[in-house]
Amino acid sequence: MSVTLSAVDSLDSVLRAARADGRAALVGYLPAGFPSAEGAVAAARAMVEGGVDVIELGLPYSDPVMDGPVIQRAAAAALAGGATTETLFDSVAAVAETGVPVLCMTYWNPVERYGVRRFAERLAAAGGHGLVTPDLIPEEAAGAGWTEAATEHGLARVHLVAPSSSDSRVALTAAASSGFVYAASMMGVTGTGQAAGGAAADLVARVRATRDIPVCVGIGVSTRDQAAAIGRHADGVIVGAAFVRRLLEAETEAAGVDAVREFAADLAAGLRSSG
Amino acid sequence: MTTTLSSGYLEVVTEAFASGPAPDRAGHFGRFGGRFMPEALMSTLAELTAAYDHARQDALFHAEFAELLAGYAGRPSLLTDATRLSAGTGARLLLKREDLNHTGSHKINNVLGQALLARRMGKRRIIAETGAGQHGVATATACALLGLECVVYMGAEDTRRQALNVARMSVLGATVVPVEVGSRTLKDAINEALRDWVTNADTTHYLLGTAAGSHPFPAMVRDFHRVIGVEARRQVGDLCGGLPDAVVACVGGGSNAIGVFHPFLDDTGVRLYGMEAGGAGVHTDRHAASITGGSVGVLHGARTFLLQDEFGQTQESHSISAGLDYPAVGPEHAHLHDLGRVAYQPVTDDEAMAAFRLLSRSEGIIPAIESAHAVAGALRLAPVLAAELGREPVVLVCLSGRGDKDMATASEYFGLEGDR
Repeated sequence: MSVTLSAVDSLDSVLRAARADGRAALVGYLPAGFPSAEGAVAAARAMVEGGVDVIELGLPYSDPVMDGPVIQRAAAAALAGGATTETLFDSVAAVAETGVPVLCMTYWNPVERYGVRRFAERLAAAGGHGLVTPDLIPEEAAGAGWTEAATEHGLARVHLVAPSSSDSRVALTAAASSGFVYAASMMGVTGTGQAAGGAAADLVARVRATRDIPVCVGIGVSTRDQAAAIGRHADGVIVGAAFVRRLLEAETEAAGVDAVREFAADLAAGLRSSG
Repeated sequence: MTTTLSSGYLEVVTEAFASGPAPDRAGHFGRFGGRFMPEALMSTLAELTAAYDHARQDALFHAEFAELLAGYAGRPSLLTDATRLSAGTGARLLLKREDLNHTGSHKINNVLGQALLARRMGKRRIIAETGAGQHGVATATACALLGLECVVYMGAEDTRRQALNVARMSVLGATVVPVEVGSRTLKDAINEALRDWVTNADTTHYLLGTAAGSHPFPAMVRDFHRVIGVEARRQVGDLCGGLPDAVVACVGGGSNAIGVFHPFLDDTGVRLYGMEAGGAGVHTDRHAASITGGSVGVLHGARTFLLQDEFGQTQESHSISAGLDYPAVGPEHAHLHDLGRVAYQPVTDDEAMAAFRLLSRSEGIIPAIESAHAVAGALRLAPVLAAELGREPVVLVCLSGRGDKDMATASEYFGLEGDR
């Protein structure tokens, strides 16, 4: 492949390479600006060293309705520490230097406030690969100008599907997504550790029945065994709050970063062994 | 099903449900509204929308709702000709007495409607958010009446400030969950209720307390409150032989205001005024005036006006009235502002408290501090309208609730212990 690869294409090729390798890709989430701007970048780099294939950097938001207490606490600390949308772009640029695809996970209002086109332009310029949008359904994405702006800048539009999604909504969401589709393993918020393997496998199959697009499963995945079990049926496994918890519980930032690296390696080994 | 109690009232309810075409099928009011919610809730929101669309055209639902409003909540509420309050203002002020409803405010209209709907959908568990506790108490009341489980999320800060309402909810059999995250106030209670809903949508109905949030809530809550405007339009006609010159209501999320305004939208001669909580003044950072002091964004499922910083983080609101202390506003109000059909203006804490005292002492009616914002706005508008029209204007004021809950705030504000 060549250097003209768009961001969404290079994300897609990383996921397909993992599949060709006989394993699911590991996607790791952290909020930008937590425990500090530098600390988040260090933790993301440590994830990559541990074997994470794709990084999702969260944009801390005041009203994170899809997040449980762990990510809420981290996001609030990041905001209290002065993190802004600019911090996110700087962090994306720093993490993108590792060579792994970097997505931004964000609630919609900060994007709209920054300006949808301006946000897309800045994210692309920073080396970002796309957006995961937990409160933006495809119908609103089109009206809000995100579909167009993402296409213009070659960014991935990662929308979510849930176990409760009807078949017609699964089809609509898969058709509107690019890069991959984010399948919620369960009904609920992040950080519960209660991912349900059976429901996830069923949902992945429902997406694949509509379209050939990678499907990554997240929400409630907190252990190596869970990740390995879910990885058997998905193109990627997304782990977030379990990483954030390690940063929250560490005595020092450096210890937290080390714990993140070890956990990433543990998860990656689990995915390889489960093949 | 229809008894003599509600047979006369059924007509009002049927008219209230004939609310016209807005919003569009996706819940948009012009550029506002919509459904900015997690996909996990889409099937539940679709189910709710379908159930509501059916109910609003179903004679049996109309009859059930009319029966509860007339036989339980005490509707129709009175229209009071406030002659002593009006004296010297240049206007004739008419008060729509929502304060006389069961539980003390307009909130009961919406909770009875939604609780009936939840029962129809087979959802036996109700969750709700509350700020000052008025919506929580109303929800707990409806759940007790209809035999539904009730869980109320309330900011931990608010549970301390409103201990009496926490006790009322407990007496009514509800579980009150203090929310310890974020700013520990209303917006965080909404966040926590949404997290519960995402997790338990199968069994649970989220009984949102205002005409805001994701489709279908703004339209559905509006329609349950349209009885306010339908009644008032008839009552003003009976009393004055015509339409009022102006309608004034307070606007936080904006449910009483949209309920009273909506039946007058096509009456181009009727001026509509929404009074926002100006707090310490919209030029300060201590207010809750989303339209007059905020900007366009997305919060809690809808595009609307809200208080936010330059990066789109929600800012904390302030108002002496807990019921108006919310950093956003229902999307239909944002649209009516865009259209210029409703004029939104801020009323400061001080103006509201002056009106609170004046109404109490001139009419013997202690208003909720929320409603005192509407009274203050009407008093300010009265001479302006009189001058413009060259006659005594008829001004309908929605007195959305009673002030018993506000005694501690009022005592502190006026520095009173007894007479002064």
